[in-house]
Amino acid sequence: MRFLLVEDNLNLASATADRLSLDGHVVDHAPDLETAKDYVGTTSYDLVLLDIMLPDGDGRSFLNHLRTARIDTPVIAVTARSEVSDRVGILDLGADDYITKPFDFSELEARCRAVLRRRAGATSNAQRIGDIEFNRLAGTLSYGDETVALRTRELRLLELLVDNSNIILSKTKLVDRMFSYDEDVSENAIEVYIGRLRKHLAGSHVSITTIRGIGYRLDV
Amino acid sequence: MKGRALGSMRRQMIAQLVVGAALLAALLIFVFQDFARRFAEESQDNVLLASATSILENVSEDAGGLIVDIPYAALAMLGSVSDDRVFYRVDQGPTFVTGYDDLSVAETTTANDTSFVSSGFRGDQIRAVTTSRLLSLGGQTQRIRVTVAQTQDGLGDRLDELFRRAVLLGLGFFVLATGLSVWTATRVLRPMQELALSVSRRGPDELRPFERPVPTEMVPLISSLNGFIARLRRALDRSEDFITEAAHRVRTPLATVRTQAEVLSRRIERDENRQTLRKMIRAIDESSRAAGQLLDQAMVNLRTDALQPTQIDLNDCLQDVVTRLTPVAELRDIELTTTFADDCHVSVDPILIQNAVSNLLDNAIKYTSAESRVALSTSSDGDGVYLKISDEGPGFEAVDQPLTERFVRGSAGEGTVGSGLGLTIAAEVFEAHGGKMTLSNNTEGKGGCVDVYLPR
Repeated sequence: MRFLLVEDNLNLASATADRLSLDGHVVDHAPDLETAKDYVGTTSYDLVLLDIMLPDGDGRSFLNHLRTARIDTPVIAVTARSEVSDRVGILDLGADDYITKPFDFSELEARCRAVLRRRAGATSNAQRIGDIEFNRLAGTLSYGDETVALRTRELRLLELLVDNSNIILSKTKLVDRMFSYDEDVSENAIEVYIGRLRKHLAGSHVSITTIRGIGYRLDV
Repeated sequence: MKGRALGSMRRQMIAQLVVGAALLAALLIFVFQDFARRFAEESQDNVLLASATSILENVSEDAGGLIVDIPYAALAMLGSVSDDRVFYRVDQGPTFVTGYDDLSVAETTTANDTSFVSSGFRGDQIRAVTTSRLLSLGGQTQRIRVTVAQTQDGLGDRLDELFRRAVLLGLGFFVLATGLSVWTATRVLRPMQELALSVSRRGPDELRPFERPVPTEMVPLISSLNGFIARLRRALDRSEDFITEAAHRVRTPLATVRTQAEVLSRRIERDENRQTLRKMIRAIDESSRAAGQLLDQAMVNLRTDALQPTQIDLNDCLQDVVTRLTPVAELRDIELTTTFADDCHVSVDPILIQNAVSNLLDNAIKYTSAESRVALSTSSDGDGVYLKISDEGPGFEAVDQPLTERFVRGSAGEGTVGSGLGLTIAAEVFEAHGGKMTLSNNTEGKGGCVDVYLPR
């Protein structure tokens, strides 16, 4: 996905850009509203991450700009303010959602997914892997005539396996990516989800192989 | 908060004016009565003297003898005033001539030939005048004294009558003065009362200066009141700005550190390093959550102090929170279900209620088991609206009731990130709205349950 990150704090911006590119996203960074307006005028983005407090004005005026310029890129506002003070204002002005600093990237991802799902209706995002069809946005897995809805963790696990197909992923790495940092989860918890995915994949030519003592691998 | 009341100013003012009027009325009665008595006595004396003088004028000498002819008018003028009895006597030198010989005679001299005496005579109070002149009788100069006396019943009656009038006059004056003082006190204090009323009618957030015209004496009061209002408004604005600024300053660097730590954890190959980094990230989360909730609490306090309720449908307000928290719930495959009853209109501050409910739901999502359910439902009756959040987590222990106190965390809190402020904030918000929040455990199955009541 292509993100526009509007954030005046350069350290935070570069860290965020790094973190998003780790998941394979492309990120353009605008340090102020003027640059951000230039960017949205020339490139089309899947999502805008908009800091509300910026040196050359309130992020809300950018939301206004998008509306008047009829650019309907979804916007997730990033706010450092107290949640109590201005949530209503942000959503009223046309942001699709907002997230409070500092945020867990798994939460950001979940919010992006929810926003995109709301916007796109999840139509043309199916990805073909071997003889199965995987729709990340809708969270569905199809094989033949059958389509199953994946639970969020199943979906995230499958995403990880698909993005690293034919590569061994350690249990620790999987736990790290699948669970947010504020949860205490044993590595054995992964086995439950692996088991469920195997059930969903049963019959297809795609399979998950256990590499004893190391981790798992998706074989396509 | 109530100031110490020193009693009604109006009542005090009226009391003072009435006491003053009473004193003045008493003085008026006294002065009037004194004046009337003197006047009556003086006029009696004058008549007595005129009577005595006319008798004395008619005393003449005839061949060395004394002729006393009491003129009718001399006694008639006394009788015309009242029915008092009149006595007289005439003396030639030391010798009694005619009249009542037991009537006492005052000494008179050439220098002072008239003297008035009040005394008793035959059991009555009398007023007597003795006047004298020298008469040449047979070559000898003799002092002729005429004494006229009158009883004082008539004078007493007249004085009583005058006293009654004086009292009536005093009372009339008193009643009039009292009426006037009530009127004055009420009128003078009216601007004060109007001001007090308009101050008390103001909403807590209504921080406009007072501009209504007031009497000159009240101008300093109004200007210092306006000064207070301006300072209060500035202080409130400053606290709000401060909270916003503090939030920004604290949260942005925390976000940077956290993001960098996440990036680093993806690049680290050794598991034990990743574990360490995980712990770091959790510590960051804990501090940022605590900072966030402290700031939230400050903001909540500001808003509850100046509560601005609006009439809303609680269901819409809750739906917003649920929509917003759904992605977070989905991260743990938790289903957020809602059951809304009809007619959940309440007068509340929606932002505060959303914050409180968001805290409660956030808690429930955090503590409930993965892939379980968090249920939010509303119901309503004539009294108010009820809201219930139940989860399928470990529930609240009996000892967990003080969880609503600041920084207290339940036993379930071990192993999850939290600051212990969420329930406190929520409880405070509902209490500020006149509502109540109770924690309990589900009777069927496991899980905790939060019940909230909000009055209409």
